Amino acid sequence: MDMQVAKKKLGLKERYAVMTRGLDWTPSYQKMEDIYPYMAYEGIKIHDWDKWEDPFRLTMDSYWKYQAEKERKLYAIIDAFAQNNGHLNVTDARYINTLKLFISGISPLEYVAHRGFAHAGRAFPGAGPRVACLMQSLDEIRHAQTQVHAISNYNKYYNGMHDFHHMHDRVWFLSVPKSFFDDAITAGPFEFMVSIGFSFEYVLTNLLFVPFVSGAAYNGDMGTMTFGFSAQSDEARHMTLGLEVIKFILEQDPANVPIVQRWIDKWTWRGYRVLTLVAMMMDYMLPKRTMSWKEAWEVYFEENGGALFKDLARYGITMPKCAEQIALEKDHLSHQAWSTFYNYAAAANFHTWMPDEDEMTWLSSKYPESFDKLYRPRYEFWREQAAKGNRFYSKTLPMLCQTCQIPMVFTEPGEPTKICYREVDYKGDKYHFCSDPCKQIFEHEPEKYIQAWLPVQQIYQGNCFPEGTDPTVEGFDALAAVLKYYNLENGRDNLDFDISEDKKNFAEWRGQATKNI
Amino acid sequence: MHIDLRTVSIKPLRHTFDNVARRIGSDKPASRYQEGTLDMQQTANFHYRPTWDPEHAIYDASRSAIVMADWYAFKDPRQFYYGAYTLTRARQQDTAESNFDFVENRGLAATLPEPLRDTVLKLLLPLRHVAWGSNMNNASVCAYSYGTGFSQPHIYQAMDQLGIAQYITRVGLVLGDVDALDEAKRAWMEDDTWQGLRRFVEDSFVIKDPFELFVVQNVVLDGLMYPLVYDTIIDEVLSSQGGTPVAMLTQFMTDWYAETRKWVDATVKIAAAESPANKEVLAAWLSAWRDRAAAALLPVARIGLADQTDEVMGEIVLQFNARMAKAGVAI
Ligand SMILES: [Fe+2]
Ligand SMILES: [Fe+2]
Repeated sequence: MDMQVAKKKLGLKERYAVMTRGLDWTPSYQKMEDIYPYMAYEGIKIHDWDKWEDPFRLTMDSYWKYQAEKERKLYAIIDAFAQNNGHLNVTDARYINTLKLFISGISPLEYVAHRGFAHAGRAFPGAGPRVACLMQSLDEIRHAQTQVHAISNYNKYYNGMHDFHHMHDRVWFLSVPKSFFDDAITAGPFEFMVSIGFSFEYVLTNLLFVPFVSGAAYNGDMGTMTFGFSAQSDEARHMTLGLEVIKFILEQDPANVPIVQRWIDKWTWRGYRVLTLVAMMMDYMLPKRTMSWKEAWEVYFEENGGALFKDLARYGITMPKCAEQIALEKDHLSHQAWSTFYNYAAAANFHTWMPDEDEMTWLSSKYPESFDKLYRPRYEFWREQAAKGNRFYSKTLPMLCQTCQIPMVFTEPGEPTKICYREVDYKGDKYHFCSDPCKQIFEHEPEKYIQAWLPVQQIYQGNCFPEGTDPTVEGFDALAAVLKYYNLENGRDNLDFDISEDKKNFAEWRGQATKNI
Repeated sequence: MHIDLRTVSIKPLRHTFDNVARRIGSDKPASRYQEGTLDMQQTANFHYRPTWDPEHAIYDASRSAIVMADWYAFKDPRQFYYGAYTLTRARQQDTAESNFDFVENRGLAATLPEPLRDTVLKLLLPLRHVAWGSNMNNASVCAYSYGTGFSQPHIYQAMDQLGIAQYITRVGLVLGDVDALDEAKRAWMEDDTWQGLRRFVEDSFVIKDPFELFVVQNVVLDGLMYPLVYDTIIDEVLSSQGGTPVAMLTQFMTDWYAETRKWVDATVKIAAAESPANKEVLAAWLSAWRDRAAAALLPVARIGLADQTDEVMGEIVLQFNARMAKAGVAI
């Protein structure tokens, strides 16, 4: 008998099923709750893991093949970029500060995503989600590494990036992105998937990666642009996973809906607060702008996100309430953030500067409601002061929001001249918040958020000086000690762009290429 | 205006990141493996304890009984970062693909003697579940272990094992069909032959110490199973009976084991060399789990080895002991 005739032909879907779900079995020598101990405590009810729809069907052999092809191309470009001094092609040296923000603020998060998806993949009893999560875990270590490898070349020539791992764990403003991901990975696996898989990868990714990647493209940075585009093709898979997770959880049990809604509300706001850094990057740090923060928010969140939440309405999910407040802040966010960093430029690992006249005009045109009235006068004053040799660097420490960890610099929604303060008394201590959403997030899980490692409090407690420092000696310079603890080199990594080594070197090196000296 | 920037010769301010320079001793150009691995995992000032494991920090070396002064003592001799890893696997995948093509296009599956094909289906197909179990265990080690030097190879190992489970599935579809996969799963769930091994695998799922899990899965179980199934039964015994096409279909696994055991050995060696206490812990894990694994594999070995089983199994255990002794742990 010919074996071939008797064989059952498998369609693509069935074939993928035997390659994944077919591998799984129901254990009998150990209890399910011992093998998968994290499945119950979040209150999410899953009745049938087989209802999971695979968001993409990729077996490992094809994965290796496609990804290797992408890696080959990417590293060829990174190598060429390094060989040809590609960094001298960027619009001007101010641009490089966006890379400092990226490598110290974002790349370490890619790594946490890698570990987080390994954890989630291990935690779920369903074969479908496990495979999808582990594949994403593998992609995320790719993102972390390709970013380090691409930016490695910049580190050789410019300051501020040289100890980015160390800084990520310590520098005051980097606790904003760090605490965001720490929050996600310490949540249960379902919340992790909603926070990172859905809210971050699906809803907010276009507001994070697209601005950096298109910013790189606009500003002549081939290296960064290439890793960005290369990662985007992985993102497409991650986005479909994020959406499938939400739909799957919501379809499993109506009791899941309010839990998921709370997570979406929380993570949209948490994510948005992190995007403050991106907002100021878009409006101030890119010498050649792509679009304004406000425009990006309108296109990617209000329009695209609006359509998404319409789609999710059939599950009983509504647009996060904080969207209204974000809309009120969009004329102010980037300006308030840049003002803050301009003032705290002594303690950051990148340079700040005042926009020039053309840039002011651009800002006026993008923010007709707010810029000329509120922010231009402030900048003109600072510029005057700087011209007179009074460039001001704040040396006092700001109060931080207990939840998002951003200094309390944001204004009341709809009242852009009044700083917004909220507070909560909990177990005899007072906690401070930048906004109602940050306060509500705290109130729902106070035991979690009281643990926050707030950089300012830690400095006051003496925990941010190099080992062996004696803060009681006369003439103790606290800022200098903190900078040492950060391994931030005073005068090279920080302060105004105008007096920076970066600016001077870039001009000199480009001069060698364009002039006969 | 086109500017030729290549003509510019500028002196770099530094050659690598500070953390790498500190670890390699000076500021000199570093490899992609080093820059992509060293200190990648966050180490300080974590904000919150995991709600799923409040006893520990997010990354916490105390999840393991193995104690290291520096977890970056673990280095992958293959120097696998993502790019090097995928390029290597893509090349192997190419070879595997042409092997499958060769066997399928020439109809070699149909030329296999019936009893031999049966033996392969009976022996090999339930092992796709073992590989799937390994996928989960390696994900676990990656998630809960400390330091990227040690955790990173485990995500590669996890995905390799998924790949292996899929290659075994394909072998099943070439030599048989979906019913053969179903029958193998039934045997995995019900037949006495497989229950020792299934119990071993399910017991490994509840191990909490990531280093112990590495030992149980990658050192012990793979360390006995791969030499037994792939190197001995398929490549030697069955090949001599006309089963060479099968050996072609499992070449990926043979090559993979030869490669990964270098990393496994290096890892055991580094942990053992760290302290007598580590050595003691390793020896206890290795001998206890080795005995269980050898016993669990015995009935499985019998499918391919019949009355040679005890002798071959004994030999494989001896080789395993010798291998561990070479890595610094006498068992
Ligand atoms: Fe990513
Ligand atoms: Fe806040």
